[in-house]
Amino acid sequence: MLEYRVEIALWAISGIIPFFMLNIWTNNNLNESINISDVMLSRYFLCAFFVRQFSVVWVVFSFEEDSLLGKVSPYLIQPLNPFFRYFAQHLAEQITRFPFALIIAFFFFLFNPESIWMPNLGILLLSILSIFLSFLIQFLIQSIVACLCFWTEKASSIERLLFIPTLFLSGLLAPVVSFPAYVKTWIYLTPFPYLIDFPANLLSGNETNISGGLSMQILWILLLFPLFKKIWSEGTKKFTAMGS
Amino acid sequence: MNISKYLKVYKKFLHTSLASELEYKTNILVDLITAILSLIGSIFLLSIFFQNNGYIGGWKFEQALIIQAIYTILNGITNTWFNPNLTEIVKHIREGTLDFVLLKPIDSQFFISLKKLNPSGFLEIILGFFLLFFCIRINQINLNLSFLTLSLITISCSICILYSLWFFISTTTIWFVKTWNATEVLRSFLYIGRFPLNSFSFSLRIFFSIFIPIAFITTIPSEVFLGLSQSWKILLEVIVASVFFITSRKFWLFALKFYSSASS
Repeated sequence: MLEYRVEIALWAISGIIPFFMLNIWTNNNLNESINISDVMLSRYFLCAFFVRQFSVVWVVFSFEEDSLLGKVSPYLIQPLNPFFRYFAQHLAEQITRFPFALIIAFFFFLFNPESIWMPNLGILLLSILSIFLSFLIQFLIQSIVACLCFWTEKASSIERLLFIPTLFLSGLLAPVVSFPAYVKTWIYLTPFPYLIDFPANLLSGNETNISGGLSMQILWILLLFPLFKKIWSEGTKKFTAMGS
Repeated sequence: MNISKYLKVYKKFLHTSLASELEYKTNILVDLITAILSLIGSIFLLSIFFQNNGYIGGWKFEQALIIQAIYTILNGITNTWFNPNLTEIVKHIREGTLDFVLLKPIDSQFFISLKKLNPSGFLEIILGFFLLFFCIRINQINLNLSFLTLSLITISCSICILYSLWFFISTTTIWFVKTWNATEVLRSFLYIGRFPLNSFSFSLRIFFSIFIPIAFITTIPSEVFLGLSQSWKILLEVIVASVFFITSRKFWLFALKFYSSASS
């Protein structure tokens, strides 16, 4: 992973959309209407950036490439689910991305010195846990989509479709508190706010329901995991290797 | 340069890429839904910004919708032409197949920029035009000849700038080999084009007009639509577009000198 330092640095930069959004929010005083101070909002978006950095998943694209090139067949013979391989890849890349994310955070604090804060140890550990759970939810959803490769060959377009609600509803571009009431009534039942909004609120010290959020995250994982196992076993039965 | 020859070659490109893309018909349907959802999502985001404010950066909601419409059209153009072709450059260079392109008796930039086409981007362009016509109605814009020519000029300049930006980034592959992520950075910067330039703070505004001229891409054409644009801005856009286009061409020819093919 360290071989691709430049690439990972670019990945980190490509995640800076939350900072542009923060700029729109504070520059137009939009946050006054939702009762969040400038400082809290800037911490929120910084945390959203962090959560995104450590929960981004691209297993669909790796799996699609491998399955189109016929690389999946040797993986299937191994006594380990090939998704563990991708899982380990993701974790390794997240660790390499950490220093770059810290550099970006450093620059952020340089420009916004008033928003420096230190979450206490308990909150920090809980938010690391919730970021990891958010990563797991996204990994499971994408793995399920990736398994559709067994049927359609081009699963990445379905992933791009699913990315749209993730982008707009997860809280990456606007905190979920600011959403209009007709969206707020049902959004907390979907997995989206638990992907970025909940961990970011937790880490930044904004108001949030900690036990409720964590249990919803775990609930979604418990729902998605059997689904993944089912679709995986169906898919491998359907699988016909290239050239055989 | 023989224009009729290039037109003929382009017709062949169109034919082959359409034929290969239509193999994946369900894909096109999924892409259509994605385009619609993406537009709904960005209008939703815009409505959040406007829910308690009448103006953002001096733009009303109806006016800001024009920016969305132009962004959608340009994004459709990017997805139809720029994205499929210019990500291909990365592949050409990594696998050494750029040799075959360079050996062809045709301009290499023409070949790699227009070879492929992704028809699902058309849907986005159509959606964008629908929204644009809707905006023209709700903003009560009078259509007349000078307005039409001005908007045509500014939009073609935007396309020019957009193309040059993509082409620049892709050309750097000759040195760095893997620039897949660089296009991702460009993509996230272009995202800013969905919002009026004035809604950002002063330093970001400078950044987006000088270093990455995203400001020119959507804000100036939208101002033309609203009749707010000063003529110096339009002139500036024309100059920026031609500078970008010419440098991207020069940069490509310069970069080719450094190309050493894969196995030699």
